[in-house]
Amino acid sequence: MEIAIGIMLCGCALGAGIAMIAGIGPGIGEGNAVAKACEAIGRQPESKSAVTSTLIMGCALAETTGLYALVIALLLILLAPGRFVDILVAAVK
Amino acid sequence: MPYKKAGKEFKIVDATLILMMVAPLLVAILCKVLFIPQSEGIEITGAHVYFTLNMPVSTLPISESQVNSAAVLISIFFLCLFITHGIRAKVYTKRAVIAEWAVEKVEGLVNENMGTYFAGFAPFIGAILLLSAFSSLISLVGLFAPTSDLNVVAGWAILVFMLITYYKLKCGPWYYVKGFMEPIPLMLPMNILGEVATPVSMTLRHYGNILSGTVISVLLAAALQAASNAIFGNLPGILQNFPLFRIGIPAVLSIYFDLFSGCLQAFIFAMLTMLYVSTAFPMEEYMKRKQIKEKAN
Repeated sequence: MEIAIGIMLCGCALGAGIAMIAGIGPGIGEGNAVAKACEAIGRQPESKSAVTSTLIMGCALAETTGLYALVIALLLILLAPGRFVDILVAAVK
Repeated sequence: MPYKKAGKEFKIVDATLILMMVAPLLVAILCKVLFIPQSEGIEITGAHVYFTLNMPVSTLPISESQVNSAAVLISIFFLCLFITHGIRAKVYTKRAVIAEWAVEKVEGLVNENMGTYFAGFAPFIGAILLLSAFSSLISLVGLFAPTSDLNVVAGWAILVFMLITYYKLKCGPWYYVKGFMEPIPLMLPMNILGEVATPVSMTLRHYGNILSGTVISVLLAAALQAASNAIFGNLPGILQNFPLFRIGIPAVLSIYFDLFSGCLQAFIFAMLTMLYVSTAFPMEEYMKRKQIKEKAN
């Protein structure tokens, strides 16, 4: 029983860690966006305000996939262990 | 310019409005103090349930997020009343200028992003902006931010989803169903998935941003507490538990996570609402049908 619970908790923690690999995607995407925005401002300094507002909007949209991963990881760490252990205990009984 | 000094009654009404603006927040803080037991150390929890009501179908739990969002609603209501109090056609008070500026900004935003057909959406967008921003900013007073509860944001997203569907149905149900079969009927499941993904992504974006800020702030506070315990742990008496590092340092992160992120997410939620609703409405088809109908009459 203890071993089963241990494996379960280990799986939850590992899953949370693996889920956060998704953080790579938004990181690269936002980096690209900021690089392009810097280029655009360098070329046309007078368009700074428009570029900045569009950039912030786009960055917030690009963040979404990372946030999905974050929500999944938080669920796996905070919520899932209790649920799974309850299910396991009920099944053994 | 005719500037009259404010009378006594005017001032009394003003004071009452300000009091009513602050009172809901105080009530929410009082609820928190009364109902939530003092916890040892730092912990990450969801919204606490204050009490449950017995309703006919099932029990209705009244949680922290419900109480706090109601407090925000009442607070915003009285803020609006306060700002428009004693407003005249000719603008000569400070608050009238502020009110006019806010209304003009929101109307400009709506006209720019949705077109003049949707000009009536300005109050709705303004309400979403204010409610979302203030719900996130309420965490500055030490209360639980309603936007870091999935249910609250999901409610708003479902409201937006209903609006989207309403405007998609404007050209009749057949046109709506046909929209799912584009470009080929084989894409039907993908299109339905994409339709459902809209409210889900809106919810998770807003909720995830605010929640991640809360979680990171709590983790940082815990880490700083551990650091100050490790350094000052050997000192005698009360100095032992003095959280020196927790003074000031978390506030720097709070500027980003509470102030900037909260306002930015409110803006993005409103922006996406505008974009989704205005792109959902098949303007050309609707106008064509309207013209045909008028000709028939």
